[in-house]
Amino acid sequence: MLELRQVTKSFTLPDGSPLHVLDIEHFEAKAGEQVVIVGQSGCGKTTLLHVIAGICRPDTGRVLIDGWDVPVLSEADRDQFRAAKIGYVFQTFNLLPAFSALENVMIGMTFADGRADRDRARMLLERVGLNHRLTHKPAQLSVGEQQRVAVARALANRPKVLLADEPTANIDTGNQQQVIDMLRGACEDENVVLLLVTHSPEVAGQFERVERLEEINRVLVKRS
Amino acid sequence: MSLWKIALRSLQYRRLASGLTALSISLGVALVVGVMVIHAVVDQSFKRSAQGYDLIVGAKGSRLELVLSTVYHLGKPIGKVPYDYFLELTEGRFAPEVDLAVPCCLGDNYQGYRVVGTTPDMFNELEYRDGEKYRFQAGENFGWGEYYDAVIGATVARKTGLKVGDTFQPGHGETAEQGEKHSPFTVAGILAPTGTPNDRALFVNIEGFWEIHAHGHYDEEQPAEGEPSSQQHAAEEHAAEEHAADAAGRPDPAESGGAGDSHAGAGDAHSHAPQAHDHGEPQLERHVTAILVRTNTKRMTRAMALPKIINQEADAQAVMPAEEITRLFEGIVGNIQKVLLVFAVLIVIVAGIGMMVSIYNSMSERRHEIAVMRALGARRMTVMSIILLESILLSLGGGALGLLLGHGLVGLLAPSIMENTGVVVHALQFQPIELVLIPGLIAMASVVGYLPALIAYRTEVADSLSE
Ligand SMILES: Nc1ncnc2c1ncn2[C@@H]1O[C@H](COP(=O)(O)OP(=O)(O)O)[C@@H](O)[C@H]1O
Ligand SMILES: [Mg+2]
Repeated sequence: MLELRQVTKSFTLPDGSPLHVLDIEHFEAKAGEQVVIVGQSGCGKTTLLHVIAGICRPDTGRVLIDGWDVPVLSEADRDQFRAAKIGYVFQTFNLLPAFSALENVMIGMTFADGRADRDRARMLLERVGLNHRLTHKPAQLSVGEQQRVAVARALANRPKVLLADEPTANIDTGNQQQVIDMLRGACEDENVVLLLVTHSPEVAGQFERVERLEEINRVLVKRS
Repeated sequence: MSLWKIALRSLQYRRLASGLTALSISLGVALVVGVMVIHAVVDQSFKRSAQGYDLIVGAKGSRLELVLSTVYHLGKPIGKVPYDYFLELTEGRFAPEVDLAVPCCLGDNYQGYRVVGTTPDMFNELEYRDGEKYRFQAGENFGWGEYYDAVIGATVARKTGLKVGDTFQPGHGETAEQGEKHSPFTVAGILAPTGTPNDRALFVNIEGFWEIHAHGHYDEEQPAEGEPSSQQHAAEEHAAEEHAADAAGRPDPAESGGAGDSHAGAGDAHSHAPQAHDHGEPQLERHVTAILVRTNTKRMTRAMALPKIINQEADAQAVMPAEEITRLFEGIVGNIQKVLLVFAVLIVIVAGIGMMVSIYNSMSERRHEIAVMRALGARRMTVMSIILLESILLSLGGGALGLLLGHGLVGLLAPSIMENTGVVVHALQFQPIELVLIPGLIAMASVVGYLPALIAYRTEVADSLSE
């Protein structure tokens, strides 16, 4: 389902020198598999998720998702691909403040195929326990509720891969577990690959498969 | 959810900024609408087609002034032509080419409204607009023999309170300040509103007009100013009786025989000319300020040569009002309106630039939102379109508001326009050019929205997400 081969990524620093961030020989996740990625701050976790989502292109290597080689696609095609195949949950939720909870879920559908399935959006919000918050704007929701809307939004287009970048880092501990459970439950239900980045040992401890980026990213292996 | 709706939500989220921006555009558009409607109104009222005559004959001088003073009651009359010249048109050399000639004498006013000495033909034969005969809302036209009868325009009736049977005293001069008073006239009829300058004039029998002028400072003992009170009425009526007695020595037109004297005949009314009292009336100086001439269509070629012949001679000039007005428009008035229109359009453009600044400023805080949309799968073109649509929605909203405001403004001003120009305007008087506004605004919005939209297009997802 998801496979990375010989993926490298470096950034150019303002002084012109290159900053090598990623060098991953091989990484694979099967359909429905749930993987936690841990690693120190700055070790390239977000960059990895960006590469998988097609938000940025690796310097070399292949990123295969559902049969597509993402890096070879044009930017517009990668956008289209991301809308259709990838769900993304951010650390800071990133709900759009101008739109209601329901509209935040539907807006991703608009970008995918132009048609917004209101019933599915409502169903997803119900599943995360927000059926009474459909018309609320993000500012009117608690942080826990906001992240649940973000989870529903990430699932809106029936993605193949769900990327969650420290989704519980900004949430009080009471709500943390709820969000993790919802993410896991939804991915199980729809057979979605879940890649979850976290710093929390409690969260990581719940998953069968935990990948330490320091071990799979050769940039860091060399450095240490 | 359509892109339109996404754009609309973004605008709603920034209500205050969006509202103010739309308001500034609406003010510009309202001004454009105002200028265009006024433009059309002035245009229509001046270029109004035939009023039942095609030539104005008057003293030599400015052609335009002759038209303005005769048709629009503006400015001073330029001079006089002797009555004999009028007879040339009705009975003399030019008679075969002339179907109808209506004399006008100017020089008096009543409470600032012009008093025009003329004949009943003015209302029996002429039209106030193409195909529209004069109608009376009260009373009737004055008769040929009723020397001291008058017909007053609708505005004059409303403003002065004169009713049928009331009397009034014209003062000498075209404006109210010139206060010398003449003998009273009786209102025989009140015209229905015509939407022409004639709503703002009083028409008296030319015979009476001549007579009061022949008598010079006839009634200096009369009260000088103010609304005619009932006592004043009585005094005026008394003076009228005195005057009637005074005038009794002169031949009454009903008694004075002569060709074309059959006043009672309805069908041949246009053949009437004021009576030529050329016997035993040395003090009665007869002249006219202008003659409205309807040429004889049965003698087209010769009739068309008529103005040329008249203009070659030293006695008078003949002008075609339509031609003069068109010239006036293409000259001064048209240019003033063009300048106004340019200003109004400039205001819209300034408002458009304001819109650009407003959207542009919002872009710095919206980079993050745009990056989120991109992360959700929106393409560069999609986020660019959303910003452009916002710009278009803003200007269309502002435009719609501006149309409302503009027409509301026209509606509010309509009574005062009517008052001052006699032109009837309606709030919902749309101009075809307003249709250009919509595509024009969309074009402006696209240009104005392009720069912010480009910023949206160029937003890099990875960089802006982490902001
Ligand atoms: N656009 C960029 N330009 C230059 N350096 C970057 C850029 N994005 C990330 N980096 C650097 O790459 C490294 C990995 O970043 P990131 O993937 O965000 O780490 P993590 O998410 O694991 O904390 C960091 O050292 C960061 O400073
Ligand atoms: Mg990170």
